[in-house]
Amino acid sequence: LVFTEEDKYGLYSNLLFKYFLAEGIVCGHDLFVASAKEHPDNILKELPAPLLDDTYRKELGDEAAVVNSEDFQDSMKIAWRYQNLPKMEASPRSCTKFGHYYDVSKKMPPELCQSVKWHSFYLHEEQCSEPKMKAWNMNSGYARLLQSIQRIISQEGFDGSDPQKKQRNVLRIGIQSLGSVLWGDDVCCSETPEDPHSLTKFLYVLRGLLRKSLSACIITVPSHLIQNKAIMERVTNLSDMVVGLESFIGSERETNPLYKDYHGLVHVHQIPRLNSLICDVSDTKDLAFRLKRKLFTIERLHLPPDLSDTVSRASKQDLAGSAKLLSSGCGAVAVGKKHLDF
Amino acid sequence: QGKFTLLRDTRTDGSFLVHHFLSFYLRAGCKVCFVALLQSFSHYSIVAQKLGVNLAAAKEQGQLVFLEGLKSCLNLLFGEEEEQPGQPSPLQFLSGSRGELRALFDFVRASLAPGAQRSWRGPVLLVDDLSLLLSLGAAPVAVLDFIHYCRACVCCQLQGNVVVLVHSSEDSEDEENELVVNSLCHHSDLILWAEGLATGFCKDVHGQIKIIKRLSLWQAAEQDQVQIYQYKIQDRNVTFFAPGLSAAVL
Repeated sequence: LVFTEEDKYGLYSNLLFKYFLAEGIVCGHDLFVASAKEHPDNILKELPAPLLDDTYRKELGDEAAVVNSEDFQDSMKIAWRYQNLPKMEASPRSCTKFGHYYDVSKKMPPELCQSVKWHSFYLHEEQCSEPKMKAWNMNSGYARLLQSIQRIISQEGFDGSDPQKKQRNVLRIGIQSLGSVLWGDDVCCSETPEDPHSLTKFLYVLRGLLRKSLSACIITVPSHLIQNKAIMERVTNLSDMVVGLESFIGSERETNPLYKDYHGLVHVHQIPRLNSLICDVSDTKDLAFRLKRKLFTIERLHLPPDLSDTVSRASKQDLAGSAKLLSSGCGAVAVGKKHLDF
Repeated sequence: QGKFTLLRDTRTDGSFLVHHFLSFYLRAGCKVCFVALLQSFSHYSIVAQKLGVNLAAAKEQGQLVFLEGLKSCLNLLFGEEEEQPGQPSPLQFLSGSRGELRALFDFVRASLAPGAQRSWRGPVLLVDDLSLLLSLGAAPVAVLDFIHYCRACVCCQLQGNVVVLVHSSEDSEDEENELVVNSLCHHSDLILWAEGLATGFCKDVHGQIKIIKRLSLWQAAEQDQVQIYQYKIQDRNVTFFAPGLSAAVL
């Protein structure tokens, strides 16, 4: 269960959401798209087109070749202690391919969309027909969504209930803007919502459904609107993976020279720890994203060298503050209050 | 015998303690009732296998009574008529409007009652994790009542042990959770508190654990005994060492 905290204007989290769905189409998985904001048909029309292997790899190969030839000969003179450290790789190498790459400027061809089976749930078009829902004690929009998901899972055999079916496939579920006012939940409007347990109960039942079947789910939530922080803590405990996107649009960081190459930060609050005592922790937690004309990339955050003469105190404090924010991620491993790690 | 152990984690994941206690008590031959609310059976089974215990076999022999919260919840909400009329689901509070955990307690009591089959050593109740009950709509008082009844039944009547995991944090905004955790801390015999390091993330030391033996509960003039260790979690094992003596540093 991948829980994504939306950035303020929803631009980048929408992009991540579409990537998840597009990957599903390319891998041949079935899709289930639910939304209260946009009709799922429209969402599916806007998916990015996959990049064909040869063109992209050639581009990436060219870039990598240029970089390699440049600093192959240089040995460091001043910072010679760093010589022995492995080279920092900002973007993924082309040799380790996991998943596919997409071109954001083009739309996915409709034939490719039609090649997989997809189901949609648009809240405002669903009829309220189930009388059993009264016993659920949950927001009716959420309850209907859960019933719809459960129906698809059992009908299409994702939970292994149909032994005849030999070809087992994966169901990718995408739920957009959960918790927003459009779903009928006021958790984003007030600090003491009418039913504070609806969202958490929904997540618990969804988690049960996911564990029982061959499916994966991404949810985007406008968490910056949720004022009751207790709910956010509980929601984090209920999800496997929690990622937050913070975009620089409209904030003071947009003009901060430290961040000039990037469009926002990626906060990894929690990573899944399933079927094992340990989890796969990467050695860096400072991630930032940028949206180039064709690509959306997530990279390690490079701070540019501090070369200017008039470096003001404000930017240094901001750097320390943001370093503290950056390293206070990852609930599965230790987190500290002081920013002493570097 | 008859002890209440509280597992507490702050800003880190203390579930490795749950896995430890589960395999520890099963290997010791105790009858265990495991209320597993957070993860599926296969997750615990796979980790237990790495620690050398077979959960499926224990379940079949009757040594382990496993309540898989996720599955039970689905059966309650999506299932058709009840298979056993007269025996409500342990998670009944999800569909009722009153947040009482009586059905859950009845389930625990029934599963740990001394039966006619082969007698195991003392009964044990293990809960992972209690903070989840608050997320599902149970009132804090109901949760405390549930624990109180479990202690009375398991610790006092049956001379067994109770081990419970909760999440907490000093600057947490979740007041209901903090209320439950503080109350439980006062009543516990032993507290194992896993925390992140105060200096931040480190690859070799995953956190520190405080072991608090609440001697003050039993003897008037005694002080609680506190020990602090740091730990690193590996695939099949967790290594503990004194603060500052991590293998990476020596």
